[in-house]
Amino acid sequence: MESIYWPSFFFFLFSGLACAFAVAVLLSSNIVRMAFYLVLSLGATAGLMFLAGAEFVGAMQLLIYVGGTLVLLIFGVMLTSQERFVVMKTWAGDWVKAFLAGGALLFILAYAAFSIPEWRGIERAEADAVEAQPSVTPIAMGLLGARTDDPDGSGYLLPFEIVSVHLLVVLIGAAYLARAKRSRSSLEKL
Amino acid sequence: MLSIPFANLLTEPVGVAHYVTVGAILFICGALCMATKRNALGVLMGIELVLNGANLNFVAFGSRYLRDDANSLGLDGQLMALFVIVLAAAEAAVALAIALNFYNNHDSIDVDRADQLRG
Repeated sequence: MESIYWPSFFFFLFSGLACAFAVAVLLSSNIVRMAFYLVLSLGATAGLMFLAGAEFVGAMQLLIYVGGTLVLLIFGVMLTSQERFVVMKTWAGDWVKAFLAGGALLFILAYAAFSIPEWRGIERAEADAVEAQPSVTPIAMGLLGARTDDPDGSGYLLPFEIVSVHLLVVLIGAAYLARAKRSRSSLEKL
Repeated sequence: MLSIPFANLLTEPVGVAHYVTVGAILFICGALCMATKRNALGVLMGIELVLNGANLNFVAFGSRYLRDDANSLGLDGQLMALFVIVLAAAEAAVALAIALNFYNNHDSIDVDRADQLRG
């Protein structure tokens, strides 16, 4: 009996948490609980990213997704959670159709993934031989247009600039959309 | 090699296929969330789950621990995952603003009530 390979153990721990809480998000009809389960599911996914060697992406997942985007969503929940909107049940017929379609899709995707031999994982000795490389510097250089890991690869300076301007535009647009409307009477008083 | 599938799950390293399966489960939960939830914020949460599943696939295909180096996406996978995270943040901000506007105008957050454009 071989000893347990601990990265695999933690993979199954985190993936079990991520999938269980994702299913809990789907099955829960209480919006507040859904938000909480979503936080836990995304946090467990960050653990999976750390296990795959993408520590910078995992940290950004925790900082931006769990710390930023989900807090935004929870603010939305708090602003709209009147009594009658906290629990909204889904019709039973929708559940049946959804589970039929979802189950079929999941079966096809999982079957396709495991039918490719190269995707089933590498040997244990091979995995032990992989040297851990910090990914922060190559990612930063890649975003600035200079690839240190792959001389032939293309940099990402233009997409980086586009995405930063896009984020600025989107935040201004969101602030404009969500601003408090000044009513006509208060305008007339001015 | 054991004849029983999944018998050596804990003693062997996992591969891309395991990550892709987890990503598929997250994706399907998110897609079903989008389809079945009646609360607009629940639909938003479904979108977050879908993007997260896609992100996990990008990271898995770029990882050096899961498959041979020659065919892996390398750093491109991680860079794409970062772009997805940023775009998800932008999308959540706009969608939340739209949902709040809808709530202010209709006094409801039920997506089934948003049928004005039926004509």
